[in-house]
Amino acid sequence: MEDLSQFPLELDGADRPMVSFRKVTKRYGSLTVLDNLDLDVAEGEMVSIIGPSGSGKTTVLRMLMLERIQGGVIYVDGQPLTHEVRDGALVPASERYLRRAREPIGMCFQHFNLFPHMTALQNCMEGPVQVLGLSRQEARARSEELLDMVGLIDKKDQHPSRLSGGQQQRVAIARALAMRPKVMLLDEVTSALDPEVIGEVTEVIRKLVREHRLTIMMVTHQMGFAADISDRVCFFYGGRIEEQGPPSELFGNPQKDRTRQFLSAVKSAD
Amino acid sequence: MFDWKWDFAFEILPRLGWATLNTLMAAGGGYAIAIVLGLVLALAQRTPLRLLTFVVREFVEFIRSTPLVLQIFFVFYVAPQFGIRLSPWTSGMIAIGLHYAAYLSEVYRGGIESVPKGQWEACRSLSMSTRDTYVRVIIPQALPPALAGMGNYLVGIFKDTPMLSVIGVAELMHAANAIGSEHYRFLEPYTLVGLIFLAISLPSAALIRVFETWVRKKLGLS
Ligand SMILES: Nc1ncnc2c1ncn2[C@@H]1O[C@H](COP(=O)(O)OP(=O)(O)OP(=O)(O)O)[C@@H](O)[C@H]1O
Ligand SMILES: [Mg+2]
Repeated sequence: MEDLSQFPLELDGADRPMVSFRKVTKRYGSLTVLDNLDLDVAEGEMVSIIGPSGSGKTTVLRMLMLERIQGGVIYVDGQPLTHEVRDGALVPASERYLRRAREPIGMCFQHFNLFPHMTALQNCMEGPVQVLGLSRQEARARSEELLDMVGLIDKKDQHPSRLSGGQQQRVAIARALAMRPKVMLLDEVTSALDPEVIGEVTEVIRKLVREHRLTIMMVTHQMGFAADISDRVCFFYGGRIEEQGPPSELFGNPQKDRTRQFLSAVKSAD
Repeated sequence: MFDWKWDFAFEILPRLGWATLNTLMAAGGGYAIAIVLGLVLALAQRTPLRLLTFVVREFVEFIRSTPLVLQIFFVFYVAPQFGIRLSPWTSGMIAIGLHYAAYLSEVYRGGIESVPKGQWEACRSLSMSTRDTYVRVIIPQALPPALAGMGNYLVGIFKDTPMLSVIGVAELMHAANAIGSEHYRFLEPYTLVGLIFLAISLPSAALIRVFETWVRKKLGLS
Protein backbone atom coordinates (compact mmCIF):
# COMPACT_ATOMS: atom_id res chain seq x y z
CA MET A 1 0.00 0.00 0.00
CA GLU A 2 1.31 3.42 -0.85
CA ASP A 3 1.73 5.99 1.87
CA LEU A 4 -0.94 8.61 1.30
CA SER A 5 -0.05 10.71 4.35
CA GLN A 6 2.49 12.62 2.26
CA PHE A 7 -0.42 14.18 0.33
CA PRO A 8 -2.49 17.03 1.78
CA LEU A 9 -6.22 16.41 2.42
CA GLU A 10 -7.03 19.44 0.32
CA LEU A 11 -5.27 22.31 -1.37
CA ASP A 12 -6.03 25.80 -0.11
CA GLY A 13 -4.77 29.31 -0.59
CA ALA A 14 -5.70 31.80 -3.25
CA ASP A 15 -3.04 30.54 -5.66
CA ARG A 16 -4.03 26.88 -5.48
CA PRO A 17 -4.10 25.22 -8.89
CA MET A 18 -7.39 24.26 -10.50
CA VAL A 19 -5.99 20.85 -11.40
CA SER A 20 -3.10 19.21 -9.65
CA PHE A 21 -1.49 15.85 -10.41
CA ARG A 22 0.77 14.75 -7.54
CA LYS A 23 3.09 11.83 -8.27
CA VAL A 24 0.44 10.18 -10.40
CA THR A 25 1.17 6.71 -11.74
CA LYS A 26 -1.09 4.80 -14.10
CA ARG A 27 -0.45 1.26 -15.21
CA TYR A 28 -2.26 -1.07 -17.55
CA GLY A 29 -1.10 -4.48 -16.37
CA SER A 30 2.68 -4.29 -16.45
CA LEU A 31 2.76 -1.27 -18.76
CA THR A 32 3.39 1.99 -16.93
CA VAL A 33 1.69 4.71 -18.95
CA LEU A 34 2.05 7.62 -16.52
CA ASP A 35 5.13 7.63 -14.39
CA ASN A 36 5.10 9.71 -11.20
CA LEU A 37 3.55 12.63 -13.01
CA ASP A 38 3.44 16.08 -11.39
CA LEU A 39 1.38 18.66 -13.23
CA ASP A 40 -0.42 21.78 -12.03
CA VAL A 41 -2.87 23.79 -14.09
CA ALA A 42 -3.89 27.22 -12.82
CA GLU A 43 -7.42 28.55 -12.91
CA GLY A 44 -8.14 30.03 -16.32
CA GLU A 45 -4.97 28.57 -17.79
CA MET A 46 -4.87 27.01 -21.25
CA VAL A 47 -2.42 24.12 -21.31
CA SER A 48 -1.67 22.21 -24.49
CA ILE A 49 -0.32 18.70 -24.36
CA ILE A 50 1.74 17.49 -27.28
CA GLY A 51 3.94 14.46 -27.84
CA PRO A 52 4.40 11.31 -29.89
CA SER A 53 1.70 8.66 -30.20
CA GLY A 54 1.53 6.47 -27.11
CA SER A 55 3.29 9.00 -24.87
CA GLY A 56 0.32 9.16 -22.50
CA LYS A 57 -1.42 12.36 -23.61
CA THR A 58 -4.91 10.89 -23.72
CA THR A 59 -4.23 9.00 -20.52
CA VAL A 60 -3.58 12.27 -18.64
CA LEU A 61 -7.04 13.50 -19.58
CA ARG A 62 -8.70 10.16 -18.94
CA MET A 63 -7.37 10.13 -15.39
CA LEU A 64 -9.49 13.21 -14.72
CA MET A 65 -12.51 11.60 -16.18
CA LEU A 66 -12.81 7.91 -16.59
CA GLU A 67 -10.30 5.84 -14.71
CA ARG A 68 -8.51 4.94 -11.54
CA ILE A 69 -4.84 5.54 -10.85
CA GLN A 70 -2.32 3.25 -9.20
CA GLY A 71 -0.29 5.90 -7.39
CA GLY A 72 -0.48 9.51 -6.30
CA VAL A 73 -3.41 11.86 -5.89
CA ILE A 74 -5.24 14.20 -8.27
CA TYR A 75 -6.89 17.37 -6.94
CA VAL A 76 -9.49 19.44 -8.72
CA ASP A 77 -10.37 22.87 -7.42
CA GLY A 78 -8.56 22.07 -4.20
CA GLN A 79 -10.47 18.87 -3.45
CA PRO A 80 -9.08 15.37 -3.96
CA LEU A 81 -10.65 13.72 -7.02
CA THR A 82 -9.20 10.23 -6.95
CA HIS A 83 -9.46 9.96 -3.18
CA GLU A 84 -11.84 11.03 -0.49
CA VAL A 85 -11.20 12.03 3.08
CA ARG A 86 -12.43 9.53 5.65
CA ASP A 87 -11.51 9.75 9.34
CA GLY A 88 -8.98 12.45 8.57
CA ALA A 89 -7.10 10.41 5.99
CA LEU A 90 -7.16 9.98 2.23
CA VAL A 91 -8.67 6.74 0.99
CA PRO A 92 -9.39 5.68 -2.63
CA ALA A 93 -12.62 7.30 -3.74
CA SER A 94 -15.85 5.34 -3.98
CA GLU A 95 -17.65 5.25 -7.30
CA ARG A 96 -20.27 7.60 -5.86
CA TYR A 97 -17.73 10.16 -4.69
CA LEU A 98 -15.89 9.98 -8.03
CA ARG A 99 -19.04 10.79 -9.94
CA ARG A 100 -19.75 13.86 -7.81
CA ALA A 101 -16.15 15.02 -7.79
CA ARG A 102 -15.99 14.76 -11.59
CA GLU A 103 -19.02 16.95 -12.16
CA PRO A 104 -16.92 20.12 -12.62
CA ILE A 105 -14.93 18.48 -15.42
CA GLY A 106 -16.14 18.44 -19.02
CA MET A 107 -14.60 16.53 -21.88
CA CYS A 108 -14.72 16.48 -25.67
CA PHE A 109 -13.44 13.62 -27.73
CA GLN A 110 -11.81 13.05 -31.09
CA HIS A 111 -14.89 11.24 -32.40
CA PHE A 112 -17.44 13.60 -30.79
CA ASN A 113 -19.38 10.77 -29.10
CA LEU A 114 -22.70 12.54 -29.42
CA PHE A 115 -25.77 10.47 -28.55
CA PRO A 116 -27.05 9.48 -32.01
CA HIS A 117 -30.65 8.93 -30.89
CA MET A 118 -31.00 12.47 -29.55
CA THR A 119 -31.18 15.81 -31.33
CA ALA A 120 -28.47 18.42 -30.82
CA LEU A 121 -30.65 20.12 -28.22
CA GLN A 122 -31.47 16.87 -26.42
CA ASN A 123 -27.77 16.01 -26.33
CA CYS A 124 -27.08 19.28 -24.56
CA MET A 125 -30.03 18.95 -22.15
CA GLU A 126 -29.29 15.38 -21.11
CA GLY A 127 -26.64 16.12 -18.47
CA PRO A 128 -28.30 19.20 -16.96
CA VAL A 129 -31.65 17.39 -16.60
CA GLN A 130 -30.50 13.90 -15.56
CA VAL A 131 -27.41 14.75 -13.55
CA LEU A 132 -27.78 18.31 -12.30
CA GLY A 133 -31.53 18.01 -11.83
CA LEU A 134 -32.42 21.18 -13.72
CA SER A 135 -35.99 21.64 -14.89
CA ARG A 136 -36.52 21.07 -18.59
CA GLN A 137 -37.15 24.79 -19.17
CA GLU A 138 -33.92 25.81 -17.46
CA ALA A 139 -31.94 23.12 -19.26
CA ARG A 140 -33.47 24.11 -22.58
CA ALA A 141 -32.69 27.80 -22.08
CA ARG A 142 -29.12 27.03 -21.10
CA SER A 143 -28.63 24.60 -24.01
CA GLU A 144 -30.10 26.95 -26.59
CA GLU A 145 -27.84 29.74 -25.41
CA LEU A 146 -24.82 27.47 -25.83
CA LEU A 147 -25.90 26.15 -29.22
CA ASP A 148 -26.25 29.77 -30.24
CA MET A 149 -22.76 30.49 -28.93
CA VAL A 150 -21.29 27.70 -31.11
CA GLY A 151 -23.35 28.95 -34.05
CA LEU A 152 -25.74 26.01 -34.34
CA ILE A 153 -29.03 27.23 -32.96
CA ASP A 154 -30.70 26.60 -36.32
CA LYS A 155 -29.60 22.94 -36.15
CA LYS A 156 -30.90 22.28 -32.65
CA ASP A 157 -33.55 19.79 -33.74
CA GLN A 158 -31.25 17.77 -35.99
CA HIS A 159 -29.86 14.39 -35.06
CA PRO A 160 -26.05 14.02 -35.19
CA SER A 161 -26.26 11.89 -38.34
CA ARG A 162 -27.56 14.97 -40.16
CA LEU A 163 -24.65 17.18 -39.04
CA SER A 164 -21.15 17.54 -40.47
CA GLY A 165 -18.13 16.57 -38.37
CA GLY A 166 -17.38 20.18 -37.50
CA GLN A 167 -20.98 20.76 -36.48
CA GLN A 168 -21.04 17.60 -34.39
CA GLN A 169 -17.92 18.65 -32.55
CA ARG A 170 -19.39 22.07 -31.83
CA VAL A 171 -22.52 20.41 -30.43
CA ALA A 172 -20.25 18.22 -28.31
CA ILE A 173 -18.54 21.34 -26.94
CA ALA A 174 -21.92 22.89 -26.16
CA ARG A 175 -23.01 19.64 -24.47
CA ALA A 176 -19.93 19.69 -22.24
CA LEU A 177 -20.38 23.39 -21.44
CA ALA A 178 -24.01 22.85 -20.46
CA MET A 179 -22.73 21.16 -17.31
CA ARG A 180 -21.01 24.47 -16.42
CA PRO A 181 -17.60 22.83 -16.02
CA LYS A 182 -14.67 24.52 -14.31
CA VAL A 183 -12.24 22.48 -16.37
CA MET A 184 -12.52 21.43 -20.00
CA LEU A 185 -10.58 18.52 -21.44
CA LEU A 186 -10.15 18.45 -25.20
CA ASP A 187 -8.64 15.31 -26.71
CA GLU A 188 -7.63 15.88 -30.34
CA VAL A 189 -10.98 17.48 -31.05
CA THR A 190 -9.98 18.44 -34.58
CA SER A 191 -8.14 15.25 -35.59
CA ALA A 192 -11.15 13.54 -37.13
CA LEU A 193 -12.27 16.62 -39.06
CA ASP A 194 -11.89 17.55 -42.70
CA PRO A 195 -9.32 20.36 -43.03
CA GLU A 196 -11.87 22.89 -44.20
CA VAL A 197 -14.02 22.63 -41.05
CA ILE A 198 -11.20 22.62 -38.48
CA GLY A 199 -11.39 26.40 -38.35
CA GLU A 200 -14.97 26.49 -37.11
CA VAL A 201 -14.05 24.32 -34.11
CA THR A 202 -10.83 26.16 -33.26
CA GLU A 203 -12.80 29.41 -33.43
CA VAL A 204 -15.12 28.12 -30.70
CA ILE A 205 -12.15 27.05 -28.57
CA ARG A 206 -10.65 30.51 -28.95
CA LYS A 207 -13.90 31.94 -27.65
CA LEU A 208 -13.77 29.70 -24.59
CA VAL A 209 -10.27 30.91 -23.84
CA ARG A 210 -10.77 34.60 -24.52
CA GLU A 211 -14.29 35.24 -23.31
CA HIS A 212 -14.95 32.53 -20.77
CA ARG A 213 -11.51 32.15 -19.20
CA LEU A 214 -12.20 28.44 -18.79
CA THR A 215 -9.40 26.22 -17.50
CA ILE A 216 -8.53 24.02 -20.47
CA MET A 217 -6.27 21.04 -21.01
CA MET A 218 -5.99 20.32 -24.71
CA VAL A 219 -4.26 17.40 -26.40
CA THR A 220 -3.50 18.39 -29.97
CA HIS A 221 -1.40 17.66 -33.03
CA GLN A 222 -1.99 21.15 -34.41
CA MET A 223 1.21 22.84 -33.36
CA GLY A 224 0.30 26.17 -34.91
CA PHE A 225 -2.97 26.37 -33.03
CA ALA A 226 -1.31 25.28 -29.77
CA ALA A 227 1.38 27.95 -30.20
CA ASP A 228 -1.23 30.55 -30.91
CA ILE A 229 -3.62 29.92 -28.08
CA SER A 230 -1.82 28.26 -25.16
CA ASP A 231 -0.44 29.80 -22.00
CA ARG A 232 1.79 26.78 -21.65
CA VAL A 233 2.72 23.75 -23.74
CA CYS A 234 3.71 20.40 -22.21
CA PHE A 235 5.71 17.98 -24.31
CA PHE A 236 5.04 14.40 -23.20
CA TYR A 237 7.44 11.57 -23.75
CA GLY A 238 7.12 8.08 -22.27
CA GLY A 239 4.50 9.02 -19.69
CA ARG A 240 6.43 12.02 -18.33
CA ILE A 241 6.65 15.69 -19.11
CA GLU A 242 9.92 15.91 -20.99
CA GLU A 243 9.77 19.67 -21.35
CA GLN A 244 7.24 22.45 -20.77
CA GLY A 245 7.00 26.18 -21.06
CA PRO A 246 5.32 29.10 -22.79
CA PRO A 247 4.75 28.31 -26.48
CA SER A 248 7.26 30.92 -27.62
CA GLU A 249 10.00 29.11 -25.71
CA LEU A 250 8.97 25.51 -26.28
CA PHE A 251 8.45 25.99 -29.99
CA GLY A 252 11.00 28.79 -30.47
CA ASN A 253 13.85 27.49 -28.39
CA PRO A 254 13.36 23.90 -27.23
CA GLN A 255 15.97 22.73 -24.73
CA LYS A 256 15.76 18.95 -24.96
CA ASP A 257 16.86 16.78 -27.88
CA ARG A 258 13.65 14.77 -27.83
CA THR A 259 11.56 17.91 -28.06
CA ARG A 260 13.60 19.16 -31.01
CA GLN A 261 13.36 15.77 -32.74
CA PHE A 262 9.62 15.63 -32.23
CA LEU A 263 9.02 19.17 -33.43
CA SER A 264 11.13 18.75 -36.55
CA ALA A 265 9.44 15.42 -37.33
CA VAL A 266 6.04 17.07 -37.02
CA LYS A 267 7.15 20.02 -39.13
CA SER A 268 8.45 17.81 -41.94
CA ALA A 269 5.21 15.80 -41.86
CA ASP A 270 3.13 18.92 -42.44
CA MET B 1 -55.38 -39.37 -53.54
CA PHE B 2 -55.66 -38.02 -50.05
CA ASP B 3 -58.79 -38.87 -48.25
CA TRP B 4 -59.44 -35.28 -47.16
CA LYS B 5 -62.83 -34.64 -45.53
CA TRP B 6 -63.92 -31.00 -45.64
CA ASP B 7 -66.85 -31.44 -43.28
CA PHE B 8 -64.58 -33.01 -40.66
CA ALA B 9 -62.07 -30.20 -41.11
CA PHE B 10 -64.78 -27.58 -40.54
CA GLU B 11 -66.14 -29.50 -37.57
CA ILE B 12 -62.83 -29.48 -35.71
CA LEU B 13 -61.88 -25.94 -36.66
CA PRO B 14 -63.52 -24.21 -33.65
CA ARG B 15 -61.75 -26.54 -31.25
CA LEU B 16 -58.41 -25.85 -32.92
CA GLY B 17 -59.26 -22.16 -32.80
CA TRP B 18 -59.52 -22.29 -29.02
CA ALA B 19 -56.30 -24.24 -28.82
CA THR B 20 -54.66 -21.58 -30.97
CA LEU B 21 -55.54 -19.03 -28.30
CA ASN B 22 -53.80 -21.22 -25.75
CA THR B 23 -50.77 -21.53 -27.98
CA LEU B 24 -50.62 -17.76 -28.38
CA MET B 25 -50.99 -17.31 -24.65
CA ALA B 26 -48.21 -19.79 -23.94
CA ALA B 27 -45.92 -18.16 -26.49
CA GLY B 28 -46.78 -14.65 -25.26
CA GLY B 29 -46.39 -15.55 -21.60
CA GLY B 30 -43.14 -17.39 -22.18
CA TYR B 31 -41.82 -14.54 -24.28
CA ALA B 32 -42.73 -11.93 -21.68
CA ILE B 33 -40.77 -13.90 -19.08
CA ALA B 34 -37.87 -14.37 -21.51
CA ILE B 35 -37.69 -10.67 -22.42
CA VAL B 36 -37.40 -9.50 -18.82
CA LEU B 37 -35.32 -12.38 -17.48
CA GLY B 38 -33.05 -12.24 -20.53
CA LEU B 39 -32.23 -8.61 -19.76
CA VAL B 40 -31.48 -9.51 -16.16
CA LEU B 41 -29.17 -12.32 -17.32
CA ALA B 42 -27.43 -10.00 -19.81
CA LEU B 43 -26.90 -7.21 -17.29
CA ALA B 44 -25.77 -9.63 -14.59
CA GLN B 45 -22.93 -10.64 -16.88
CA ARG B 46 -21.76 -7.03 -17.04
CA THR B 47 -21.45 -6.39 -13.31
CA PRO B 48 -17.99 -6.15 -11.79
CA LEU B 49 -18.89 -9.07 -9.49
CA ARG B 50 -16.75 -11.84 -10.94
CA LEU B 51 -18.52 -14.72 -9.23
CA LEU B 52 -21.99 -13.58 -10.30
CA THR B 53 -20.80 -13.07 -13.86
CA PHE B 54 -19.28 -16.55 -13.89
CA VAL B 55 -22.34 -18.30 -12.47
CA VAL B 56 -24.74 -16.53 -14.85
CA ARG B 57 -22.48 -17.21 -17.83
CA GLU B 58 -22.35 -20.95 -17.02
CA PHE B 59 -26.10 -21.05 -16.41
CA VAL B 60 -26.77 -19.52 -19.82
CA GLU B 61 -24.36 -21.99 -21.45
CA PHE B 62 -26.06 -24.88 -19.67
CA ILE B 63 -29.54 -23.85 -20.80
CA ARG B 64 -28.34 -23.34 -24.35
CA SER B 65 -26.68 -26.72 -24.60
CA THR B 66 -29.55 -28.89 -23.30
CA PRO B 67 -32.82 -29.63 -25.12
CA LEU B 68 -35.92 -27.61 -24.31
CA VAL B 69 -38.03 -30.73 -23.92
CA LEU B 70 -35.70 -31.95 -21.18
CA GLN B 71 -36.02 -28.62 -19.38
CA ILE B 72 -39.81 -28.84 -19.62
CA PHE B 73 -39.83 -32.34 -18.12
CA PHE B 74 -37.35 -31.25 -15.51
CA VAL B 75 -39.42 -28.36 -14.24
CA PHE B 76 -42.64 -30.38 -14.32
CA TYR B 77 -41.54 -33.73 -12.88
CA VAL B 78 -38.46 -32.90 -10.82
CA ALA B 79 -39.53 -29.67 -9.13
CA PRO B 80 -42.29 -31.48 -7.13
CA GLN B 81 -39.58 -33.62 -5.51
CA PHE B 82 -38.33 -30.39 -3.93
CA GLY B 83 -41.84 -29.69 -2.70
CA ILE B 84 -42.70 -27.27 -5.50
CA ARG B 85 -45.89 -28.42 -7.18
CA LEU B 86 -46.60 -26.56 -10.39
CA SER B 87 -49.45 -26.85 -12.86
CA PRO B 88 -48.55 -27.85 -16.44
CA TRP B 89 -49.18 -24.29 -17.52
CA THR B 90 -46.93 -22.75 -14.88
CA SER B 91 -44.13 -25.28 -15.44
CA GLY B 92 -44.42 -24.81 -19.18
CA MET B 93 -44.19 -21.02 -18.92
CA ILE B 94 -41.22 -21.23 -16.60
CA ALA B 95 -39.33 -23.75 -18.72
CA ILE B 96 -39.91 -22.06 -22.04
CA GLY B 97 -39.38 -18.57 -20.54
CA LEU B 98 -36.09 -19.64 -18.98
CA HIS B 99 -34.93 -21.34 -22.14
CA TYR B 100 -35.55 -18.33 -24.32
CA ALA B 101 -34.24 -15.94 -21.66
CA ALA B 102 -30.86 -17.61 -22.11
CA TYR B 103 -30.99 -17.05 -25.86
CA LEU B 104 -32.31 -13.49 -25.55
CA SER B 105 -29.59 -12.62 -23.05
CA GLU B 106 -27.07 -13.37 -25.80
CA VAL B 107 -29.02 -11.17 -28.22
CA TYR B 108 -29.04 -8.32 -25.70
CA ARG B 109 -25.36 -8.84 -24.99
CA GLY B 110 -24.59 -8.54 -28.69
CA GLY B 111 -26.72 -5.41 -28.89
CA ILE B 112 -25.03 -3.80 -25.90
CA GLU B 113 -21.59 -4.67 -27.21
CA SER B 114 -22.43 -3.10 -30.55
CA VAL B 115 -22.75 0.31 -28.86
CA PRO B 116 -19.43 2.13 -29.38
CA LYS B 117 -17.16 2.58 -26.34
CA GLY B 118 -17.28 6.32 -26.91
CA GLN B 119 -20.91 6.36 -25.80
CA TRP B 120 -19.95 5.04 -22.37
CA GLU B 121 -17.19 7.62 -22.17
CA ALA B 122 -19.57 10.41 -23.10
CA CYS B 123 -21.93 9.31 -20.30
CA ARG B 124 -19.04 9.19 -17.91
CA SER B 125 -17.93 12.66 -18.98
CA LEU B 126 -21.39 13.94 -18.08
CA SER B 127 -21.23 12.14 -14.70
CA MET B 128 -24.32 10.10 -15.55
CA SER B 129 -25.23 7.29 -13.17
CA THR B 130 -24.95 3.69 -14.34
CA ARG B 131 -28.72 3.44 -14.41
CA ASP B 132 -29.14 6.58 -16.55
CA THR B 133 -26.32 5.43 -18.79
CA TYR B 134 -28.16 2.19 -19.56
CA VAL B 135 -31.68 3.56 -19.69
CA ARG B 136 -31.03 6.82 -21.54
CA VAL B 137 -28.11 5.97 -23.80
CA ILE B 138 -27.02 2.34 -24.09
CA ILE B 139 -30.30 0.41 -24.28
CA PRO B 140 -31.93 2.74 -26.85
CA GLN B 141 -28.93 2.12 -29.11
CA ALA B 142 -28.62 -1.58 -28.29
CA LEU B 143 -32.28 -2.20 -29.09
CA PRO B 144 -32.39 -1.76 -32.89
CA PRO B 145 -29.58 -4.23 -33.62
CA ALA B 146 -31.16 -6.66 -31.12
CA LEU B 147 -34.65 -6.45 -32.63
CA ALA B 148 -33.99 -8.86 -35.50
CA GLY B 149 -32.74 -11.52 -33.08
CA MET B 150 -35.59 -10.83 -30.68
CA GLY B 151 -38.07 -11.24 -33.53
CA ASN B 152 -36.55 -14.55 -34.61
CA TYR B 153 -36.89 -15.90 -31.10
CA LEU B 154 -40.49 -14.70 -30.86
CA VAL B 155 -41.30 -16.84 -33.88
CA GLY B 156 -39.08 -19.56 -32.40
CA ILE B 157 -40.89 -19.65 -29.07
CA PHE B 158 -44.20 -19.81 -30.92
CA LYS B 159 -43.03 -22.81 -32.92
CA ASP B 160 -41.69 -24.50 -29.79
CA THR B 161 -44.97 -24.34 -27.86
CA PRO B 162 -46.05 -27.80 -29.17
CA MET B 163 -43.41 -29.23 -26.89
CA LEU B 164 -45.58 -28.19 -23.98
CA SER B 165 -48.05 -30.88 -25.09
CA VAL B 166 -45.73 -33.46 -23.52
CA ILE B 167 -46.79 -32.28 -20.08
CA GLY B 168 -50.42 -31.81 -21.08
CA VAL B 169 -50.73 -28.11 -21.83
CA ALA B 170 -53.80 -27.85 -24.04
CA GLU B 171 -52.20 -25.97 -26.91
CA LEU B 172 -52.61 -26.68 -30.63
CA MET B 173 -50.58 -29.86 -30.89
CA HIS B 174 -52.22 -31.29 -27.83
CA ALA B 175 -55.65 -30.55 -29.29
CA ALA B 176 -54.74 -32.08 -32.66
CA ASN B 177 -53.51 -35.25 -31.00
CA ALA B 178 -56.67 -35.48 -28.92
CA ILE B 179 -58.92 -34.98 -31.97
CA GLY B 180 -56.89 -37.53 -33.89
CA SER B 181 -57.21 -40.25 -31.32
CA GLU B 182 -60.89 -39.56 -30.73
CA HIS B 183 -61.79 -39.80 -34.44
CA TYR B 184 -58.97 -41.99 -35.76
CA ARG B 185 -58.24 -39.24 -38.29
CA PHE B 186 -54.96 -37.34 -38.20
CA LEU B 187 -54.67 -35.83 -41.69
CA GLU B 188 -57.10 -32.95 -41.14
CA PRO B 189 -56.04 -31.88 -37.62
CA TYR B 190 -52.30 -31.99 -38.36
CA THR B 191 -52.70 -30.22 -41.70
CA LEU B 192 -54.79 -27.52 -40.10
CA VAL B 193 -52.25 -27.08 -37.28
CA GLY B 194 -49.53 -26.67 -39.88
CA LEU B 195 -51.56 -24.07 -41.75
CA ILE B 196 -52.36 -22.19 -38.56
CA PHE B 197 -48.66 -22.03 -37.63
CA LEU B 198 -47.80 -20.85 -41.12
CA ALA B 199 -50.55 -18.23 -41.08
CA ILE B 200 -49.19 -16.75 -37.88
CA SER B 201 -45.42 -17.13 -38.37
CA LEU B 202 -45.12 -15.62 -41.82
CA PRO B 203 -46.91 -12.31 -41.20
CA SER B 204 -45.18 -12.01 -37.80
CA ALA B 205 -41.75 -12.15 -39.39
CA ALA B 206 -42.78 -9.41 -41.83
CA LEU B 207 -44.35 -7.33 -39.05
CA ILE B 208 -41.18 -7.57 -36.99
CA ARG B 209 -39.15 -6.14 -39.87
CA VAL B 210 -41.58 -3.25 -40.20
CA PHE B 211 -41.39 -2.67 -36.45
CA GLU B 212 -37.60 -2.67 -36.57
CA THR B 213 -37.55 0.03 -39.23
CA TRP B 214 -40.11 2.02 -37.28
CA VAL B 215 -38.03 1.88 -34.06
CA ARG B 216 -34.90 3.00 -35.88
CA LYS B 217 -36.74 5.93 -37.34
CA LYS B 218 -38.34 6.78 -34.02
CA LEU B 219 -34.91 6.87 -32.39
CA GLY B 220 -33.52 8.98 -35.21
CA LEU B 221 -30.94 6.31 -36.01
CA SER B 222 -31.55 5.97 -39.71
N1 LIG C 1 -7.14 0.66 -21.83
C1 LIG C 1 -5.83 0.42 -22.07
N2 LIG C 1 -5.30 -0.79 -21.85
C2 LIG C 1 -4.00 -1.04 -22.09
N3 LIG C 1 -3.13 -0.14 -22.56
C3 LIG C 1 -3.59 1.10 -22.80
C4 LIG C 1 -4.96 1.45 -22.57
N4 LIG C 1 -5.13 2.74 -22.91
C5 LIG C 1 -3.93 3.18 -23.31
N5 LIG C 1 -2.99 2.21 -23.26
C6 LIG C 1 -1.57 2.34 -23.60
O1 LIG C 1 -1.07 3.45 -22.92
C7 LIG C 1 -0.11 4.14 -23.72
C8 LIG C 1 -0.48 5.61 -23.78
O2 LIG C 1 -1.71 5.74 -24.45
P1 LIG C 1 -2.36 7.14 -24.77
O3 LIG C 1 -3.67 6.85 -25.40
O4 LIG C 1 -2.37 7.98 -23.55
O5 LIG C 1 -1.38 7.74 -25.84
P2 LIG C 1 -1.48 9.10 -26.63
O6 LIG C 1 -0.30 9.91 -26.23
O7 LIG C 1 -2.82 9.71 -26.44
O8 LIG C 1 -1.30 8.63 -28.13
P3 LIG C 1 -2.05 9.11 -29.48
O9 LIG C 1 -1.34 10.33 -29.96
O10 LIG C 1 -1.85 7.97 -30.41
O11 LIG C 1 -3.49 9.34 -29.15
C9 LIG C 1 -0.09 3.45 -25.05
O12 LIG C 1 1.05 2.61 -25.08
C10 LIG C 1 -1.36 2.66 -25.07
O13 LIG C 1 -1.18 1.49 -25.82
MG1 LIG D 1 -4.53 10.02 -27.68
